[in-house]
Amino acid sequence: MRGHLFLFYRWLRGEVLSIPGRVIALVFFIGLFLLPVVTQEPYYLRIATLAIIFALFAASWDVLAGFAGQLNLGHGLFFGVSAYAAAFVNINLHWPPWITIPIGAVAAVLVGLIVGIPALRLRGMYLALVTLSFPLILIGLVFVFSDVTGGELGLFGTSVLSSSRVASYYIIAVTFTICVFAMYKFTDARSKYLRIGVLLHALREDEITARASGIYTTKYKLLAFAVSGFFAGIAGGLYTHYLRIAGPSTLELFFSFNALLWSIFGGLGTIYGAVVGTFILYPLTEVLSLFDLGEKIRFVVLAVVLISTLLFMPEGIAVWILDKIEVKCPRCKLVNVFWRKRCRSCRADLYPEKTKIKELL
Amino acid sequence: MLLNILINGLIVGGMYALLAVGFALIFSVARILNMAHTAFYMVSAYVIYIGTSVLHLSLFPSIALAILSTVILGVLCFYLFFDRVKEHEFAVMIIAVALASLFQEILLLTFGGTILAIPDFAQGFIDIGGTNVSYQHIFAFLLSILILVMLWVVLSKTNLGSAIRAVAQDSEIANLMGIDVRRIYVIVMAISVGLAAVSAAVMGPIYMISPLMWGQPLVIVLAAVVLGGAGSIGGAVIAAFILGYVESFVVFMVPGGSFLGGAASMVVMILVLLIRPEGLFGVHFEEERL
Repeated sequence: MRGHLFLFYRWLRGEVLSIPGRVIALVFFIGLFLLPVVTQEPYYLRIATLAIIFALFAASWDVLAGFAGQLNLGHGLFFGVSAYAAAFVNINLHWPPWITIPIGAVAAVLVGLIVGIPALRLRGMYLALVTLSFPLILIGLVFVFSDVTGGELGLFGTSVLSSSRVASYYIIAVTFTICVFAMYKFTDARSKYLRIGVLLHALREDEITARASGIYTTKYKLLAFAVSGFFAGIAGGLYTHYLRIAGPSTLELFFSFNALLWSIFGGLGTIYGAVVGTFILYPLTEVLSLFDLGEKIRFVVLAVVLISTLLFMPEGIAVWILDKIEVKCPRCKLVNVFWRKRCRSCRADLYPEKTKIKELL
Repeated sequence: MLLNILINGLIVGGMYALLAVGFALIFSVARILNMAHTAFYMVSAYVIYIGTSVLHLSLFPSIALAILSTVILGVLCFYLFFDRVKEHEFAVMIIAVALASLFQEILLLTFGGTILAIPDFAQGFIDIGGTNVSYQHIFAFLLSILILVMLWVVLSKTNLGSAIRAVAQDSEIANLMGIDVRRIYVIVMAISVGLAAVSAAVMGPIYMISPLMWGQPLVIVLAAVVLGGAGSIGGAVIAAFILGYVESFVVFMVPGGSFLGGAASMVVMILVLLIRPEGLFGVHFEEERL
């Protein structure tokens, strides 16, 4: 027992505590799970819960756009379809949330495959236009068949996840943690077990070369659409069971652009970037809307944030910060904290240029 | 009913053509997918409103003011934003969307969400075979055709036009031939935004003015460019007329059709992309599709 504890401690020190990015992630998840212990104020819990759901949504967009390179401008389609499907099953058949959310996610996967079929023939801007158009078509249908979909009001009265607010929060937080970790592992290009991460990188960087190297890109593109749709669908299902409504606002372009905004602000092509972006920007919008002036200018602020991110910090804030606080050892490629002078494993000089300049002086 | 669809489709198509041609121009020359194109159209409509209702100018000076200020705004946006990220198509697209929503929010803050109106060129209507067609509609159609013809003359008969077409075909070779590519981009941006401003003067009195007015025409314009074929300006014009007819047909014939006007254009766009991705008149481009 003590031996195991010691091994665990050594693993923790070597693999987590000495890498700043992982320390931040650890602190973040501990904070996430301790939040209801600190405060049970409904308003804070609500912001945190919605931030979690939207972070899952943004991260699923990142799988498709940041890793597979398929710019999806209508990501709200997956979210909305899943929300509607879950709400429809829940209201009409009275099935509990733990069945309806997977049903919604499966519906989103099917939609993802349908959207993915044009994606096999198109790329770049043309794909973006097609993905943009699907939610617009669906929103038209929602209004036409308003006796089934509830029209502008949407479907309301879905059952809650749990009768207690804190329990709902924990259900959503645990689902989020599992999903984000799964997405992170799925897209990890350095994984020893899954080839998919590095294949998606190849697909994004140069599709023709990837095909020439014998990668069956069609399969992996569709897989990316399905996986992205699945996690967006889970977010949609959680959303409809948390807010107890599935409305056409989830299909609106503005909602899809939110995912884009959060992911790009945090950092494209890194799952954690989307989470960081959402957890910074979504509470910021909520705080702004507390004030009279802030309520009016919050979308102006968001648009300015997006434009200046793209112009001045295209790698995103999470990556920018990580670049500042992490140093890769030039010899053994191990990640170190920025204040170390020598690598923690091989003792190599971390800043060879700086030392050289000092010697010259 | 049939005559209704015929006349309405022609008029709507003419107005869409005016918007689509500016969008297609900047897209085919500079490869900038300017999603903010209809936002410039919206800004121009608001400037006309300011001119007529706030400054109490008559209609034509305010239209001139609108065109001038929108062109300046467009060129400023080109220098400040598009020019810097031109190499990354996605960044251009996303910045354009962000700009459009920025304009929308600023207008929403200044004017509120209320629906405003700008004055017609002419009151009254004429009876064509049992269908009432207002003078404003006829005027809109004629002006659209006139401007399209003028644009065609500029593009095909003048030195500037051949320079623009050269840059559209191959900007690197055009650069080697001594054409200042960046200057051509700025000029094309100005023409494109100017066309958006003119369409605001034409369409503004027909469709009401609100900060959300840029969404619906944007959908049509995107569909028109895809249907006509990227890089083909004539194709965009013809596609705009086709979409005008599709929309009139859906609105008149299908129950609940007024909700589906935009969706119909989107369906047309997806079908075109699936069946003939190069569009009606576009050149077949291998590296764009797989």
